[in-house]
Amino acid sequence: MEFLSLFVKSIFVDNMIFAYFLGMCSFLAVSKNVKTAAGLGLAVIFVLLITLPINWLLNTYVLAPDALIKGVDLSFLSFIIFIAVIAAIVQIVEMVVEKFSPSLYSSLGIFLPLIAVNCAILSGSLFMQQRDFTTFAEPVVYALGSGIGWFLAIVSLAAIREKMAYSNVPKALKGLGITFITVGLMGMAFMTFMGISL
Amino acid sequence: MDAKLKETILNPIFKGNPITVLVLGICSSLAVTVTLKGALVMALSVIVVTGVSSLILSLLRNTIPSRVRIIVQLVVVAMMVILVDQVLKSFDATYAIDKQLSVYIGLIITNCIVMGRIEAFALGNKPWPSLLDGVANGAGYGMILLIVAFFRELLGSGTLFGIDILNRFGYVPNNLVILPPFALILLGCIVWVQRSIQKDLQEK
Repeated sequence: MEFLSLFVKSIFVDNMIFAYFLGMCSFLAVSKNVKTAAGLGLAVIFVLLITLPINWLLNTYVLAPDALIKGVDLSFLSFIIFIAVIAAIVQIVEMVVEKFSPSLYSSLGIFLPLIAVNCAILSGSLFMQQRDFTTFAEPVVYALGSGIGWFLAIVSLAAIREKMAYSNVPKALKGLGITFITVGLMGMAFMTFMGISL
Repeated sequence: MDAKLKETILNPIFKGNPITVLVLGICSSLAVTVTLKGALVMALSVIVVTGVSSLILSLLRNTIPSRVRIIVQLVVVAMMVILVDQVLKSFDATYAIDKQLSVYIGLIITNCIVMGRIEAFALGNKPWPSLLDGVANGAGYGMILLIVAFFRELLGSGTLFGIDILNRFGYVPNNLVILPPFALILLGCIVWVQRSIQKDLQEK
């Protein structure tokens, strides 16, 4: 039950995009059509699901105060360790996917390297650090939930933008401006989930 | 100062603004704009990180093999961010702000402005222009941050830098402005204004 509430909460209440604005750069850049948006969304779920548990293990057994050596607090190193793990994992995932599933690689291909610098991934690890998860399953559930939340957000924005191509938007607002405003309005809709305690 | 350097400094602030034109670094820019103080600290941190890491990577540009450059860039940037974070944590006045900015200071690492400028500029230019380019891009980012924060704090809390401005006239703070989505709408309006003035930026 606890896991279910964490899962639902990380999808809707703590949605990476609408509650924290994370992963905005690629969210805005790659949401012109639904198919590529879904590809990037899947890649984000995938990478979050791998990096978050690994970073959790590192955080609990290496970086936390007194974890590695008694009396030593290594938590100031967490940024550099997390980003190094993420960059390395992304590289490995890219190679593995290329070797074993060329079709998946060709659909995710260009997005995988981009993901190393996607704020949603790093912030997943940083939020995990703040939340003090105690068991291994929690970061896994949290990663899956946040990933799915991100996926939902990018696919729905892409769907709206596809339709918006037919509407008559003021010239100066076309493209970027109207996208910002749309995301703002979507965020307001998502705020209905705020304050729900599960 | 010659014309090219001047262009390097001025372009990122107006015509090639990292946020409104290049769409870089939106992620962190919106969550930290509830108060002007937070926005100012964030802007200064980003200026320092982009400036110094551009300088360092520009000095190293001929020695880094291009295959591993992303990792090297990340390490340099992460080191700068750790320094900034530790400095912020070590003073009483900034400690509270560091807590308020929480993960967003750490997220400067993945702020696309930093990596974007290193890739696009620092790796192909001499150290001095790279430093200027980094600082100017940080400043362009900071400017938008401060504009958004100005409106959000004024309308959302009725204050500026924590000093009461509107409340004494019986203004009731609008809580909607403090909530995240309003920042995006405000940013959309800034883009609208900028593109109405600079018509060549309009999209087809």
